[in-house]
Amino acid sequence: MRCRSHDIKVGVVRAALILASCAALELLCRLGIINRVTMIPPSEMVAALWNILWAGLYNADILFTLVNVVAAALLAVIGGFLIGAALHALPRVRRPLVPLLSAYYAIPTFVFYPLLIVVFGVGRTALIVMGAMFGVVAMIVNTTLGLGHVPPVVAKTGAILRLDGLRQLALLRLPSAAPHLVTGVKLAVAYSVIGIVAGEFILATEGIGKRIAYAYDNFDNRTMYGMLLLLLIGVMAVNGALSSWEKRLHRRFGQR
Amino acid sequence: MAGEPEGQISLRGVTKVFPGHDGHADVHALGPVDLDIARGEFFTVVGPSGCGKSTLLDVLAGLSTVTSGSATFEGKRLDGQVPDGIGAVFQQDASFFWLDVWDNVAFGLRRRGMAKADMARRVDDALAFMGLAAFAKAFPAQLSGGMRQRVCIARTLVLEPKVLLLDEPFGALDQQTRLLMGDELLRIWRETGATVVLITHALDEAAMLSDRVAVMSARPGRFIEIVTTGWPRARDSRIVSDERFGAITARLWDKLREESLRAMKTPDVGQED
Amino acid sequence: MKSSRTDFLLLAAGLLALWQLVHWAVGPDVLASPWATIARAAGLMRTSAFWDHAGATAVAFAVAAFISIVGGIALGLWLGLRRFAGDVADPILGTLYSIPKITLYPIILLIFGLGVSAKIAFGVIHGVFPIAIFTMNAVRNVAPVYHRTARVMRLTLLGAALTIMAPAALPEILAGIRVGVALTLLGVLIGELFAATAGLGFALRRAMDIHAVTDIMAIALLLFVFAAGANALLRIVERRARHGG
Repeated sequence: MRCRSHDIKVGVVRAALILASCAALELLCRLGIINRVTMIPPSEMVAALWNILWAGLYNADILFTLVNVVAAALLAVIGGFLIGAALHALPRVRRPLVPLLSAYYAIPTFVFYPLLIVVFGVGRTALIVMGAMFGVVAMIVNTTLGLGHVPPVVAKTGAILRLDGLRQLALLRLPSAAPHLVTGVKLAVAYSVIGIVAGEFILATEGIGKRIAYAYDNFDNRTMYGMLLLLLIGVMAVNGALSSWEKRLHRRFGQR
Repeated sequence: MAGEPEGQISLRGVTKVFPGHDGHADVHALGPVDLDIARGEFFTVVGPSGCGKSTLLDVLAGLSTVTSGSATFEGKRLDGQVPDGIGAVFQQDASFFWLDVWDNVAFGLRRRGMAKADMARRVDDALAFMGLAAFAKAFPAQLSGGMRQRVCIARTLVLEPKVLLLDEPFGALDQQTRLLMGDELLRIWRETGATVVLITHALDEAAMLSDRVAVMSARPGRFIEIVTTGWPRARDSRIVSDERFGAITARLWDKLREESLRAMKTPDVGQED
Repeated sequence: MKSSRTDFLLLAAGLLALWQLVHWAVGPDVLASPWATIARAAGLMRTSAFWDHAGATAVAFAVAAFISIVGGIALGLWLGLRRFAGDVADPILGTLYSIPKITLYPIILLIFGLGVSAKIAFGVIHGVFPIAIFTMNAVRNVAPVYHRTARVMRLTLLGAALTIMAPAALPEILAGIRVGVALTLLGVLIGELFAATAGLGFALRRAMDIHAVTDIMAIALLLFVFAAGANALLRIVERRARHGG
């Protein structure tokens, strides 16, 4: 059992720690210990980001990446769930496949991005497929994990309640697997972002990744750090929201 | 003996053999077993661990098919489909952690497409009956093991089963809670008129609760003795101070001791549980 | 287990067949056939240039994996034993784990310059956080009864840590290492893709630039076989540490 005062204390210390790190970084930059070519002070990053957003300079790029991420994440989550459920039903395929799936993330999948460009051309579609390819495996793995951890007694109870196979799946197995599925969604979204931004870095005509790479190549540190900050804030916001959803679910349902 | 089934539940020469795989030998888990359980009876099965008690319960529930012999429920053959009118509570916690207590109990009624108002009344009644009214909006993770087991019992009772099968439902609870749950079980049994089949390894529980107690042998499980307690229908846990209680428990242990020793010597292949 | 080996071979055959079908569907400009890929991979392994690149990657990977493991375990142990520090750090670690590190490549490049230290740094920022998180949770999840057992046996703190806590937490820590090492390899390869003049990642980048489909696929296949092999090996070690649990 955690008490509220402990939670508040932890939150305060954490906030202080993060602020202190930013202040230290600011100081190091201002004193010239970190030179301006390497990194601009955090305050200037914020200012740069503010200017970019205020002037609406890269709104098209931001929207481009955003739409791609949403599309890729949807593909990854839905496709990963369906494949994972199918694998769960086929244990003889699943068992030898799972170790291969966990090696999947040791390979930079985006080396296949140029091949996707040949099929889909430079543009949205290749990036979305790239992002979905990166995210889908996390969803597959977590779906098989979740469905595999349904306690046998739950299935037995379903039989006693005379539910047919489909109803057992919809009413018992899926809700029982929900905590794992949420983890899968969280990871699939995070990996979709990585896949898309990586693709934009390598070859794209627009997008946040493209802007960062372009600014880097042209020694435009203000734009680069401004856009980096935007990306980090966006990722942390999405990840934070999904994580807290996941935590709430785990806490309410207990650790199983 | 053989011929027309006599009880609400009848077993005639029932055996259950699990086919071995990956080079393991077949496991003869149960039987042959003959049994008649009368409508409204409180029948308990005790036996050493791994003796096939849970296999017997699976057969009675219609969860698994028999290898040979016949099993009938109200004259109809049990063939691997759970018939209407059977409720079961297991040793493992089967409360649905994604539903609150109220929705857990309403689960089966919802499946039947019952009118909202009827359903709400019956769920509230079941919650009150099991002392869960104050926890209707709680999730299982917030409850103790005993309370979760009450949720499972309420979820089963609300469907008004004709037969209530209980597979060591209090196995994970402490002794005091067990005795109190035993009282509650007796009350449920009296007030619903359901037939109760209880599987347990606790001899005192068996002696206190049952009309008849069957003692099972080590695997393959067969009945080596059926003890009739002769208790009145109105009874509760205070019966443990009756002098006959000690005699019944002693008789059960006398029969079971040898079988338990035998069961400990044979390696458990893990068919049970 | 004979049947599991058969299943694995059947799966491998199925995947190869699928690969071949896709190859026929999209053509050799997009996906080389499995046969051509395997032949090219075998050919590459006979060239010294390939082994130069593989050696460069191996050195960076070994150093990065070492730093990730030692640093991750040390950080995780400390945060696991100090409840308060752990509570403070938990979401910060989670965030650092989940941000797309590829976006940080300009910063890493600006700090470390082009070369081996940049790719090691890239490997470490990928690998160290999952290992720290797994280790922290492993230590926190050691059953309280073990702490009491250690005290009843009158063990010293160090004795308890070495003889009870470490073995109890080991399987979980090994799982963290398995995840962390795979991500370290990913990090090193990403580093090489963008910021190196040698290594398999660099070779991949060059193949990508001239669109040498068969080369890309052959190198990726070899990397995948290596990663899957390392993963399987670590799984075996992990299973031993669990003693069937």
